[in-house]
Amino acid sequence: MKDINWKETLLNPIFKGNPITVLVLGICSSLAVTVQLKGACVMALSVIIVTGLSSFVVSLIRKSIPNRIRIIVQLVVVALMVILVDQVLKAYAYSVSKTLSVYVGLIITNCIVMGRIEAYALGNKPIPSLLDGLANGAGYGMILIIVAFFRELLGSGTLFGFRIIPEAFYTAGYMNNGLVILPPMALILLGCIVWIQRGVQKDLQEK
Amino acid sequence: MNGLRKLVDKVKPTFEKGGKLGFLHSTFDAFETFLFVPNTVTTKGAHIRDCVDLKRVMIMVVISLVPAMLFGIWNTGYQHSLAYGLDWGFWPIVGYGLVKVIPLYLVSYIVGLAIEFTSAQLRGHEVNEGYLVSGMLIPLIVPVDVPLWMLAIAVAFAVIFGKECFGGTGMNIWNPALLTRAFLFFSYPSKMSGDTVWVGGLGAGENAWCGGPVADAFSGATPLANPTMAGLADHGYSLLNMFLGTVPGSVGETSVIAILLGAIILLGTGVASWKIMLSSVIGGLAVGYLGYACGATDLPGYYQLVMGGFLFGTVFMATDPVTSAQTECGKWIYGFLVGALAVTVRIWNPGYAEGMMLAILLMNTFAPLIDHCVISCSISRRAKKVKVAK
Repeated sequence: MKDINWKETLLNPIFKGNPITVLVLGICSSLAVTVQLKGACVMALSVIIVTGLSSFVVSLIRKSIPNRIRIIVQLVVVALMVILVDQVLKAYAYSVSKTLSVYVGLIITNCIVMGRIEAYALGNKPIPSLLDGLANGAGYGMILIIVAFFRELLGSGTLFGFRIIPEAFYTAGYMNNGLVILPPMALILLGCIVWIQRGVQKDLQEK
Repeated sequence: MNGLRKLVDKVKPTFEKGGKLGFLHSTFDAFETFLFVPNTVTTKGAHIRDCVDLKRVMIMVVISLVPAMLFGIWNTGYQHSLAYGLDWGFWPIVGYGLVKVIPLYLVSYIVGLAIEFTSAQLRGHEVNEGYLVSGMLIPLIVPVDVPLWMLAIAVAFAVIFGKECFGGTGMNIWNPALLTRAFLFFSYPSKMSGDTVWVGGLGAGENAWCGGPVADAFSGATPLANPTMAGLADHGYSLLNMFLGTVPGSVGETSVIAILLGAIILLGTGVASWKIMLSSVIGGLAVGYLGYACGATDLPGYYQLVMGGFLFGTVFMATDPVTSAQTECGKWIYGFLVGALAVTVRIWNPGYAEGMMLAILLMNTFAPLIDHCVISCSISRRAKKVKVAK
């Protein structure tokens, strides 16, 4: 088996091969769950767990999966993980699970999960697959949290529900920006992150 | 003039390549071409010499906006004096209007031009003059009391994300001025709609400065807030004063007469397309009368033309040569849909009293598609003719 570059496996999905800003996967959920920082953090955590564990499990059984039905098998594994995460959230963090509503269940449709299984877990050993899954989830989660930070700060004036922008600002005429709460602004913020990233890493720029 | 030319020539080498301030070349070039007609000529091929460049075209639009702006300044003061029952003469009215409108212009131009110059400088382009028009339009389509910091953010947003992202003047998909208004509208709805924002100085804490409480019979609602015969009559809005423009509204949109003067200038100089204007009016009338006929509104169709920003949008925004349809047939379709959609939103969606902004932005989005369809239709039509001829 070829040698695994551990550092590359862990860091590449977070910066250079970030699933959202470079591979442009998982856009829908990043628009939907980034209104509040708290929801975004929980979502990020859930996705990290799901991508990590399903990559791990699929990699364990990769040699016994018949090639022709592999998508179905992968789906079963992913669905299992998603249901587990959903149940845990419902049991221990009910209010957050309520605000995230259907989007936890929809992790199964998140392209990052299936994408990593297809691209990595099917051809690599379990431990590297686990790390690859976790790192990709983390890359996704990082963007989610950055977007949610700005959306909650500018849209509600709070972070994790705590008031950050002082009351004096509001009496002086400051107002929360209503557009930031709406999904289009999340897309524009994502665009800004992509813009900054490609400004720094020039090799990502398309000719 | 000669002295100025000499001065410009004298400092020119400093800004050329290799000069001390060479990195500011775009900025220098902008000022030079602003002052003088550039003497560059095409060297190859057949060409028509004409001194009409982008700057001269843009300046015609700016000139055509002057009547609406002047009237807007007067109306700002007039509405204020009406609201407080003040018996002001002409000069206090204009004075108050200037105090309110000039800061809007300062913010609009300073923020917008700063971003234009910076991005042109960064890219090493010429500074384009597109913003002269947008900057002139923006204060005319916002409520007079909009807080200046909000306006600054909205202008920055529109210029960066609506214009520079797409490559600057001539490359934008949406009209930057309308994007500014849309940003304000969705970000700070309480400052962009309702009964208190359309008349200057109605905000809390300003009463003391203006003297006296608001007059009893006064309501700051625009005609669009009460689009029924009874509603209009209740507020004392007749067809005549909506035509003259002595009603509350965004700064420059109220007076039909001032806008028509602008339209005459634009059409006379051939800057704007008469097809778009005409078809937009037809579209607005058609849907206006349709709504009247099926009882959705009791206002005859022509009321839709004089209320709110319909005419202002038709004349100055829908005809923007960059964001409108380019093909001749496409212009008819585009204009008609702008007018029809605007009135549709007004009549059937009370949530958005002013449909013009959304209608134009939506049709801006579809203008390239319209052009594409028109062109491919025409290609297949001609291809058929060729087949028949064979």
